[in-house]
Amino acid sequence: MNLQRIRMAPPRYWLVGVVVLFLIGFPTVISSFLASEWAQALILAIAIMGLNILVGYSGQLSLGHGAFMALGAYISAILAHHYKVDYLLTIPIAGLATGLVGFLFGIPALRLSPLYLALATFALAVVTPSLIKRPAGLTGGVQGIGVVQPDPPGAVSNIFSTITGTAMTSDQWIYYVSLFCALVLFWVAWNIVRHRPGRAMRAIRDGEVAAAASGVNVRGFKTLAFGLSAFYGGVAGSLYGLSTGFVSPDTFPVSLSIQLLVGAVVGGLASIPGPLAGAIFAYFLPIESSQWVPNQSWIPAQIAATVKNAGPAVSYGVILIVIMIFAPNGLVGLARSGYSLLNRRLRGATDRETGQMPPDPQTV
Amino acid sequence: MQEFLQQLVGGLAIGGIFASLALALVLIYNAMGLVNFAQGEMAMLATFVAYALVSQGMSYWIAFPVTLVLAFAGGIGVQRLVIKPVERAPILTLVIITLGLATLVNGLAGFIWGYVPRSFPSPFSSESVDLVGVFVSYRDLGVIAVSGIVLLAVYLLLQRTTVGLTLRAAAHHPEASRLLGVHVSWMLALGWGLASAVGAVSGIMVAPILLLEPNMMQSIIIYAFAAAVLGGIESPPGAVVGGLIVGVTINLAGAYLPFVGGDLQLAVGLAIIIGVLILKPNGLFGRAAVRRV
Repeated sequence: MNLQRIRMAPPRYWLVGVVVLFLIGFPTVISSFLASEWAQALILAIAIMGLNILVGYSGQLSLGHGAFMALGAYISAILAHHYKVDYLLTIPIAGLATGLVGFLFGIPALRLSPLYLALATFALAVVTPSLIKRPAGLTGGVQGIGVVQPDPPGAVSNIFSTITGTAMTSDQWIYYVSLFCALVLFWVAWNIVRHRPGRAMRAIRDGEVAAAASGVNVRGFKTLAFGLSAFYGGVAGSLYGLSTGFVSPDTFPVSLSIQLLVGAVVGGLASIPGPLAGAIFAYFLPIESSQWVPNQSWIPAQIAATVKNAGPAVSYGVILIVIMIFAPNGLVGLARSGYSLLNRRLRGATDRETGQMPPDPQTV
Repeated sequence: MQEFLQQLVGGLAIGGIFASLALALVLIYNAMGLVNFAQGEMAMLATFVAYALVSQGMSYWIAFPVTLVLAFAGGIGVQRLVIKPVERAPILTLVIITLGLATLVNGLAGFIWGYVPRSFPSPFSSESVDLVGVFVSYRDLGVIAVSGIVLLAVYLLLQRTTVGLTLRAAAHHPEASRLLGVHVSWMLALGWGLASAVGAVSGIMVAPILLLEPNMMQSIIIYAFAAAVLGGIESPPGAVVGGLIVGVTINLAGAYLPFVGGDLQLAVGLAIIIGVLILKPNGLFGRAAVRRV
C-alpha cells in the first residue's frame, strides 16, 4: 500500500525528496564557511515564506518584514544575553512573541487599503533601525548585542565526523538547525495553504466582498495571515542573529525588507517552492556580484569597487521590474509553464483531443 | 518665545520641501491611484543632475530650470518605459515596480556618483535677518519662497489652463475623456513628468541642508508620505498643508520633546502616518472612500 503510494506519487514529490536530501547532504562536502552562507539563504527562505503567506496568499502587501525579523532577533538576543536562556530555546519564543505582535499589528491593518498598508509598513521598515537604537540599555544601542554561537551537541557531531572525517563546526550545526526549522515551517505552510485557511486567504485575495458573502471570516483570516507571517519572520530573525553572531540596528536596514520582497517576487508569489528559489537568488546575487566581479582582472579596480557597492541595488531593481512586467509568477511560474509546455509537446495530440484548457495563470 | 518662533519658521521651510514631494505623490496618485515609492529617489537623481550641471560651471539659476526640464522628461520616460506596460495590472504589481524603480535609481546614483556625501550649493546665504525680533535665515526664507512659487505654479497649471483641465479630466474620468478626444495615456505620462519635476524641487532645496548622497531622500520620502496622508492623498492643497504641519511638528518635537530629540524625528513621521491612517484615513482634505461592490 505504502510502496504503491510512493510509486504513484506525482513527479513534484520526487523533486521535493531530491531537494531535501540534497540540502541534508550538501554541507558534508562544502566548507564550513559556505555552509554558513547557505544557512543564511535558508533563513531568508523562512522569512520569505512568511511574506509569501501574507502577500501571495492573503493579498496584503507588507514592505516592512525586516522589522519582524529585527523583533525576533532582538527577543532571542536579549533573552540569551540578559537572561541567559539557551539560544535554541529562544527561537520558538521569539517566533511566538513576534507572531503575537504581528497578529496585533494585523488588526489596525484591516482598516487600511492595500496601498496604505504598503505605505505604513514601508515607513516602519525605514524607522526600525532608529527605534532599535533608543532603548540602549536593553538593545545595546548602535553596537547591538553579541550572540554566542553554540557548539554542536555530541551525538550530531559524532555522526557528522564519521561521515566527513572532520569535526562539526558551529556554523555547520547552525546550518542544520536552520534547515530543520525551514523544513518544518515549509511543511506547515504547505498544509495551511492547501486547507481551509489557505482557501479562505486566496478567496479574500481574489475578492474580499465575494469571500465575505460566501461566509469567509475576512477579518479573522487576514489577521491570522499577519500573525503567521510575523511568526515566520520572528523565527527567521532569531536564526539570523544566531548565524551572524550578533544583532545590531544596521543588521536590519530597509534594504533587508526589499531583499525579502525581491525573493518573494522572483521565486513566485503564492507558491511553496517559490520562497526557497527566491531566497537562494536574493541571497547569492549581491554576494556573487561583490565577489565574482572584483576577482575579474579585466575589470578596472575602481569600477569593480563601485559595482561592489551599487551592483546589487541596480540588479535588484531591474530584476523586480522585469519580473513584474514579463513573468509575474516568478521562477516557479516560469518552471511550471515550461513543464506544462514540455508535457503538451510530448503528448500534444492527446491533450488536443480531450480539448483540455491550460490552467489559468495565477494572478498576483 | 523667540526660539519657538524660530523653530516654527524653520519648520515651515522644511515643511515646504515636504510639501513639494508630497504634491508629487498626490499628482501621481490622482493620475492612477498609485503611491510612487520611487518619487524620492527620482528627486535625488535630479538633484545629482543639478549638481553635475553646477559643477560644470553652470550658474545655479540656469541649472535649476534645466534640471526641472530634464526631470520632467525623465518622468515621462519612466512612465512610458516602466509603468505603461503594467498600467492595468493589480496595485500590488504597480507598487512592487515602483519599489524596484526606487532601488534601481538609488543604486544607479551610487554607481555614478558614489556614496560620499557632497555639499550642494545654496543660492541663499545662511546669514540671518531680523524679522520683528525673530532671526530667520535667508536660506529658510528662500526655501519657503521657492516652494511657494512652485506650488502656486502647479496650482495655476492644474486649475487655470487647458492642459491642467485635460490632466484632471483624464485622471477622474478616463473613459469619458477618451471619448472626448483626450489622449489619456499621454496625460498619465504628463502627470508623471510634472510629478517628477515638482519632486526635483524638493531634492534641490533639501540637498544644501542634508548633504547630497544617494540615500538623502530616504527620510524625506517618509515625511512626504506623512504629509500626503495627513492632507488626504488625493488633495493637492492637502499635500501643502500636510507638508507644513509635518515640518513644523517634527521641528518642534525635535526641539522641545527630549524623548524625541534628533534621532526619533523619523519615528514621529511614522506615528503621523499610522495615526492618520487609523483615525482619519481620508486625511484633512480627502473625500471619504466609497467602495463599489
